[in-house]
Amino acid sequence: MEEILEILEKNNKLTEEQIATMLNKSVEEVRAAIKKLEEDNIILGYTTLINWEKTRKETVTALIEVRVTPQRGEGFDKVAERIYKYPEVKACYLMSGGFDLTVIIEGKTMKEVALFVAEKLAPLESVLSTATHFVLKKYKDEGLIFEEKEKDDREAVVL
Amino acid sequence: MNIKEMISPAVKKVPPSGIRKYFDLINEMKDAISLGIGEPDFVTPWTIREAGIYSLEKGHTHYSSNAGVIELRQEISRYVKRKYGLDYDPKNQMIVTVGASEGIDIALRALVGPGDEVILPEPSFVAYKGCVVFTGATPVVVNLRAEDQFRLTPRLLEEAITDRTKVLILPFPNNPTGAIMTGEDLEKIVKILKDRDIIVISDEIYAELTYEGQHISIASLPGMYEKTLVVNGFSKAFAMTGWRIGYVCGHPDLIAAMYKIHQYAIMCAPTTAQYAAVEALRNGDEDARVMVREYNRRRRVMVDGFRKMGLDCFEPLGAFYVFPCIRSTGMSSDEFCENLLREEKVLIIPGNAFGECGEGFVRATYANSMENIFEALKRIEKFIEKSKK
Repeated sequence: MEEILEILEKNNKLTEEQIATMLNKSVEEVRAAIKKLEEDNIILGYTTLINWEKTRKETVTALIEVRVTPQRGEGFDKVAERIYKYPEVKACYLMSGGFDLTVIIEGKTMKEVALFVAEKLAPLESVLSTATHFVLKKYKDEGLIFEEKEKDDREAVVL
Repeated sequence: MNIKEMISPAVKKVPPSGIRKYFDLINEMKDAISLGIGEPDFVTPWTIREAGIYSLEKGHTHYSSNAGVIELRQEISRYVKRKYGLDYDPKNQMIVTVGASEGIDIALRALVGPGDEVILPEPSFVAYKGCVVFTGATPVVVNLRAEDQFRLTPRLLEEAITDRTKVLILPFPNNPTGAIMTGEDLEKIVKILKDRDIIVISDEIYAELTYEGQHISIASLPGMYEKTLVVNGFSKAFAMTGWRIGYVCGHPDLIAAMYKIHQYAIMCAPTTAQYAAVEALRNGDEDARVMVREYNRRRRVMVDGFRKMGLDCFEPLGAFYVFPCIRSTGMSSDEFCENLLREEKVLIIPGNAFGECGEGFVRATYANSMENIFEALKRIEKFIEKSKK
């Protein structure tokens, strides 16, 4: 099970047949295992990591530090939910340390992101403060490096 | 003066490599996939590279002691103990060499010369034979067989031993076949070696690429510790081929003899690479483990692929090669590889490049990306289908 996840995490384009061969298992076993992982919400989905910089689409990403007052009986979860349900929010984490939530927002322009923070995020009752940091350049995301891939430059050698 | 006449007969005797022509061909091709090169496709793990860079920043740019920096020898000592249960004193039982290749060369030079015989199982790494011939000794080839899964059997070994036998080269896990010797297999040949004055040069460079069970070193078997030189290195386990770092461990008297050659011919292994190697042994286990798991998956894909094409392919349990039999295609190994390269742009190496008994087989390495392996297998299948018509 775990090895299927390791493989899919790196490359979800592999077919069930290919994964079965890689793990020396039957296709049925692999198919059933993946189905179970999906049903149990262990596999949440299959996404593609895109370097939007190389396309014409304009995007900006911001990381927002949010301080909130936790609510009685519900802790941070309810507040977090009110925030992460916005489709603009790409990621939302509860943090230890000087602030409570990291909220990652993606928008078309800086203005759009700033307005989202000013109009949607900051006014929430339990939000005490926000600090917005814009991403200037992405070097690496999801374990993948954005610059050109290293080429196979192994030279022919007799061995 | 005829310059060619000046060259030593021992060197003249060794033919140039037969696989050069394939490399010349592939250099002119676009979109070719090479399953020909026997080295990891992984770049050295960053923590190891970083340690190399740091050693340069610190100014470690001098010679090291001849036998290698002591930290590295101490780490090697711990590593071979932890991995293979072998006890070697870092002070007088090991030399850090320029790749395992140097280890093989100085071991042979320290041990044999004209009149001596060296038993060499084939198919195997192309350098052994050359190194034996350069010393003036005679290589005695043992032809390993597919039906034995290319293991060295006691019978084959016994047939090769004469009064002149001084050394046995034991190349397992094996390049090019991927064969391994299990503890049981080793015990059988130890029975034959134990009462004879034969030194074993055990080339264990692929030890960490063993896919079922653990690699067992012949030196750990009863009675073999004193008569075995263990050659190993960082190239395969830690994807460090270009750093050229290996080591050889053994009896202090053997090491002392090899040390003489090493200090006069080489001085010491590259210092930067030695510091990188220290990091590999201290913190490289997890990186190595991840690579081995990936190789193992590719290995299964490759064996499965060749078998589905209808080729006989025994299951290799070590190194990163598969060695399928191509006799059913009616082609020789050379024809198969050359036509495959020209028609479908996939490079694999004819088995006979690793000894005559490799004829009828081809070596394909899975030290390449999964993507390339799937694509290469598709092309090879197409090639075989075409050739049937």
